[in-house]
Amino acid sequence: MIDPLSIFLLLLSASTPILFAALGELVAERAGILNLGVEGMMIAGALAGFAAAYATGNPFLGFLVAALAGAAISLLYTVLTQLFLANQVASGLALTLFGLGLAAMFGKPFEGVKAPPMPIGPLGINWIVWLGLAMVPAIWWFMNRTRRGLILRAVGENHDAAHALGYDVRATRAAAIAFGGAMAGVGGAFISIATVLQWTEGMTAGAGWIALAIVVFSNWTAFGVLAGAWLFGGVTVLQLRLQAAGVNVPVQLLSMAPYLATIIVLVMISARQKYSRKAGGAAPGSLGNNFHALR
Amino acid sequence: MILNNAAVFRAEGIGKSYPGVRANDDVSFQVDAGQIHALLGENGAGKSTLVKMIYGLVRPDQGRMTLTGDLHQPADPKAARAAGVAMVFQHFSLFDALTVAENIALGMENPPPRRELAARITKVSHDFGLPLNPARRIVTLSAGERQRVEIIRCLLQNPRLLIMDEPTSVLTPQEAELLFATLRKLAAQGTAILYISHKLDEIRTHCDCATILRHGRVVDSCDPRAHSARELAAMMVGGEMREVDRSGRHAGNVLLSIRNLSQPAPNAEGTALKSVSLDLCAGQILGIGGVAGNGQEELLAALTGEIRSAAGSITLEGNDLSSLGPEPRRKAGLLTAPEDRLGHAAVPDFSLTENTLLTAGARKGLVNRGMIDHRAARTYAEAVIAGFDVRTPGPHTAARALSGGNLQKFVIGREVMQNPRVLVVNQPTWGVDAGAAAFVRQSLLDLARQGAGVIVISQDLDELLELSDQFCALNEGHLSEPLPTQGLTLDQIGLMLGGAHGMQEAAL
Repeated sequence: MIDPLSIFLLLLSASTPILFAALGELVAERAGILNLGVEGMMIAGALAGFAAAYATGNPFLGFLVAALAGAAISLLYTVLTQLFLANQVASGLALTLFGLGLAAMFGKPFEGVKAPPMPIGPLGINWIVWLGLAMVPAIWWFMNRTRRGLILRAVGENHDAAHALGYDVRATRAAAIAFGGAMAGVGGAFISIATVLQWTEGMTAGAGWIALAIVVFSNWTAFGVLAGAWLFGGVTVLQLRLQAAGVNVPVQLLSMAPYLATIIVLVMISARQKYSRKAGGAAPGSLGNNFHALR
Repeated sequence: MILNNAAVFRAEGIGKSYPGVRANDDVSFQVDAGQIHALLGENGAGKSTLVKMIYGLVRPDQGRMTLTGDLHQPADPKAARAAGVAMVFQHFSLFDALTVAENIALGMENPPPRRELAARITKVSHDFGLPLNPARRIVTLSAGERQRVEIIRCLLQNPRLLIMDEPTSVLTPQEAELLFATLRKLAAQGTAILYISHKLDEIRTHCDCATILRHGRVVDSCDPRAHSARELAAMMVGGEMREVDRSGRHAGNVLLSIRNLSQPAPNAEGTALKSVSLDLCAGQILGIGGVAGNGQEELLAALTGEIRSAAGSITLEGNDLSSLGPEPRRKAGLLTAPEDRLGHAAVPDFSLTENTLLTAGARKGLVNRGMIDHRAARTYAEAVIAGFDVRTPGPHTAARALSGGNLQKFVIGREVMQNPRVLVVNQPTWGVDAGAAAFVRQSLLDLARQGAGVIVISQDLDELLELSDQFCALNEGHLSEPLPTQGLTLDQIGLMLGGAHGMQEAAL
């Protein structure tokens, strides 16, 4: 009834949007930025990517445009929080609402049209899924083995000390926010270009919020993000299969399952987290705090 | 080759203004190769601004600096480091969640690859007798070990000028000795060292030359070994230091007893209290020393009533207070002034009047059937302001707007003027200028003279020796047996503080 290999392939596909978005948010949070605008950046990418893919007939161009659109809309957040020192939580929420509204308005002409077909990659798996999987070790390597990655973590851990040592806190954070925006944009476009193959208003359906939860779940590590994305994607696919198989459980309960699973694991991990700081895990020290230098 | 008496660093007529403050004015001095040069001054004398300019964090408005003859005008700390300036900060500029090696790499311009860097850290740290394990995370290190990280970070760059900003404020006497031995070795190799402190004794023993700053100006330059601590203090403050008056106190009956007080650590970073016992007599001052983080906060919380303890563990004049909260304890006469002035002792955005209500409401009758008696509260706040020389426009001022010294005088005054039976203070003069510190200390002595018992918890050994009749030390939640302060040597005290604490070979 349920073939493990096909489930795994579906899982890969179902987890890719949140994997991209969560990896981007991971980099931003390691730089000390708590950007709650992931959902808004995803939907912006979903629409821009879909529109570009539809107009040019080239889905890969669509993903490129989605990344640019995500980064572009995240600039708004950068201006608010890094230039005007606005509160990060409020600015992030505003970005989500703004992105959803903007996409709904500009998305009208694209309703009901179909995306160009996606070429199949190696092993019958979408190229973008491969890209997402490759990003996991790449981001781990960047953060733990490169100078830039070390500076990024330093800025997120203690922005005053990083400034005292002469590192540019704002520029580092602006770059991290833009990267987070581009990744969220690609994640959103995967839904519209590769999964649903069309544009519908609000189609990201909370994936950005799940991505935020998964960053906490991951203990701020790249491989933890992969585990979180697969857990969520796995439960999603499993419950869809169970629904299709007509299991005698109310559909609402099954639909809830991925979210419930995320919440339960999140609570279990958070309960342990306050002790994990000495092991290098846990939230970056300056997460969510704006930096203001006196010169 | 060591160039004797060759100026490594020279400042000529440096000036810097902030809105409303002249932080530095026409400052000139020079530091020679192989010299440990002290920069001496009170809080707010402009020492920090000056070194920030040398390190490229702040730019001077006037004047010029030279480093080994070349013009020194760093645009940022990177440029300063490249020119050969290294700095150990007063508040550690370390990243808690990162490893020792990562922290050191961040302070270097072109760090070598990871394995090579780890090997160099291990080698240099052993050569200087400051062993460090490069893979440890900063959160797991003691204060002394953290400072080692900062120093090794500087040493790996072979600096020509090393700036140390109040490095011994968090160290035990033994750790401080170790630090000076390291500085001597460095100086012998020709490094110029600029040493900032307000601890006169260590400057007199270890520095070759001193430049004294007051209100942003150089007031004197001298050989600190040729002057007494009193003379140096007079130069620093501008006028004779007032001696505290310890006279007229007599030990009376036991007021406060703590018996086998044990508490688990309140959180992951906290310290458990392990069977703490002490007796405090009327008219006596008990000093509790120790490096921060050894249970001071927890002991204070247990005394204020923020943490309740086992029945019978805390008694005041025979009444068991162990299970009571802060308000009943205040009514019984046990008052406290915690370390953190802004946020614990006072609410930052409340006016001084409102802040008096927080602890003096009951004892001073400022609350009447649940209603605030504003007039009485304001009168009491004005009395504290007048009685403790708090410099502020008036009782309506927000606590946040007061300088550290003035707020501390207010917080201590608010408790002292309630005539407590027992007053417990934690770090009463931390970050307070010398004038206000002397005032606060005298007020504690006066309170004891009137028959109250006082417990002073502090990291400042000079302060404890000056004030207390009995001295004991908190070390990892253990309280040592109290000893009479008279006749105690610094060595004995060091051992009581756990002497070797953090000085063992780091677990490699």
